[in-house]
Amino acid sequence: MVKLETHDLNIWFGPAHVIKQVNVEIQANEILSVIGPSNSGKTTFLRTLNRLNDLSANYKISGKVELERKDIYAFDVELLRRKIGMVFALPLPLPLSIFENVAYGVRVTGIKNKKKLNEKVESALRQGYLWEEVKDRLDESAFKLSGGQQQRLCIARTLAVEPEIVLFDEPCSGLDPISTAKVEDAMVELKKKYTIVLVTNNVKQAARVGDRTAFFLSGELIEIDKTDRIFTAPRDKRTDGYVRGKFG
Amino acid sequence: MRNPYRTQKIAFFLLLLATLLIVVPVGLIVVIIIQKGLPAINWQFLSDIPRQGMRAGGIFPAIVGTLYLVTGAIIFALPIGLLTAIYLSEYSKDNTLTRLIRLAIVNLAGVPSVVYGLFGLALFVIFFKFGASILSGSLTLGIMILPVIITASREALESVPHSFREVSLSLGASKWQTIRHIVLPNAIPGILTGTILGLGRAAGETAPILFTVAAFYLPQLPDSIFDQVMALPYHLYVISTQVPNVNEKVRYGTAFVLLALVLCMNLIAVIIRSKFRKKKKW
Repeated sequence: MVKLETHDLNIWFGPAHVIKQVNVEIQANEILSVIGPSNSGKTTFLRTLNRLNDLSANYKISGKVELERKDIYAFDVELLRRKIGMVFALPLPLPLSIFENVAYGVRVTGIKNKKKLNEKVESALRQGYLWEEVKDRLDESAFKLSGGQQQRLCIARTLAVEPEIVLFDEPCSGLDPISTAKVEDAMVELKKKYTIVLVTNNVKQAARVGDRTAFFLSGELIEIDKTDRIFTAPRDKRTDGYVRGKFG
Repeated sequence: MRNPYRTQKIAFFLLLLATLLIVVPVGLIVVIIIQKGLPAINWQFLSDIPRQGMRAGGIFPAIVGTLYLVTGAIIFALPIGLLTAIYLSEYSKDNTLTRLIRLAIVNLAGVPSVVYGLFGLALFVIFFKFGASILSGSLTLGIMILPVIITASREALESVPHSFREVSLSLGASKWQTIRHIVLPNAIPGILTGTILGLGRAAGETAPILFTVAAFYLPQLPDSIFDQVMALPYHLYVISTQVPNVNEKVRYGTAFVLLALVLCMNLIAVIIRSKFRKKKKW
C-alpha cells in the first residue's frame, strides 16, 4: 500500500531551486533510506513531508504531496504532524523532565488524565528502548541523559504521539557506534508498526536498515530501488560512484 | 624607535582608565547619598507623614504613592508590552506594518520624559477626564516604560532556540501551544528582568508624574485610583527647590530612600537573571 507519495515536487527557497521534480512513493511499513551528499536536498525533502518547511520565509512549493491519497495541505497542520512524526539530527530534548518530554505531544492533544499519560509515556519509552534506563529517574531533567539516551528519548517522544509515519533526519549523526546500533535496532523494530523515512549521511547505515534506498543529488532524485540493488547493481553510474565512496 | 610593547601598555592603561571613570560617578553618587542620607533614616522618617511644611516628620505618603504608581504602571504596561513582544517575535512578518511598529517603539524610547508628562496631561488628565490621579500617572509611566518592556521581552522570546519551536510543532502542537508551553516559560527570566528595570526607571522619573498625579503636599493616603498622591522623586524636587529651609538631612534621606528603592529593584532583576541562568539547560 502506498502511504505517502510526491508528484512532481519542486521546492524553492528564494531563488534556490532545492528539490527538482521529485516523484516518490513510500510504501506502508517500509524503511526508505534517503542518501546523498550534503546540499542534495535530503533534509528539505523530509521537512516538506510534515510541512515543517512552511515555517521558513521564502519557501515555495509546487507539485503535490499526498498522505494516503489526500493532499497534505488538506489536513490541519497539527493533525498532519501528529500523523507524520519527526526525529531531528541532533538530540533535541525540550527543557523539561524526561517524563514531560515524552508526555508533551500527548498533552497538547488535550489528554490530562494522569493514568493515561503514565501508560503512554511508559509504552513510548519502551518502544524507544529507554524505559529500563530511565524508569527510576523520570522527573530528572532530560538534559542529564547522555547523547545517545537523549536521542532515544526524542524517538520515544515522537512515538508517544502515535504517528503513522516517522521521519528520521540523520538521527545518528551525533552518536557513537554503540548508541547508533541501538537507534538502528529501534528503527527496524518500529517498521512493524510505522512507516519510516530515514535521511542519512552514512551510506552503510542505509545499507543496514533500509528496505529501499533513494539517492538524491543536487535536488534531483537520481534513483530509487531496493536497497540490495542500489548497493550491488545500481542503474545510474552516479549512484554507483556515491555508494562506493568515490565522491560525496 | 617605537616600542610596540610599550604602546600596548599605554593603550591598555587608557582603556582601563576610561572604564574606571564609569565606576567613579556611580560610586560617588552612592557613597554621598548614603553618607548624607543614612543618618536621617529611622522608623519615624519612613512611617510618618511630612510635618511642619515638609521640614520634619516622614515621607510615608511619598513612598506609598511611588509604590502605587509603579504597581499601576506594571499592571498597564506588562500585558500590553508582552503581547506586543509576542506578536513581533512570533507572528509578525517583515512588512511595512511591522517596520512601522518597530520604528514607533524605538522612537517611543527616545521621547523625553517631560513630553510624556505633557502627553499624559493632555490625554488622560484632560481628554479622558481622569484628572490628576494615580490612574493618569500610572498610565503615563506605563507608556513611558513600554519600549523597555517590549524590547526586553522580544529579546527574551527570540533567545529561546528555534529548534525548541520546531520540536514542539513537529509533535503536533499548535503555534499558540508552542508559545504558551515552550517559548514563554523559557523567556520569563528575560521578561521579568526587563520589566523590573523598566519599573526602576518609572519609580525614579519626575517629569511624567509632574502634571498627571504628583501632589505638592498631601499628608494622607489615597482612597481610590482617582486620587492624587505624593511621589518620591517629585517630593525630593519640592523639598530641594520649592520649600525654603529644609534640613539637608531630610533631603538626602529622601534621596536615599528613592535610590534604595531603585537599586533594590535592579538587584532583584540581577538575582532573577543569575538564578535562571544557572538553571538554564541548553
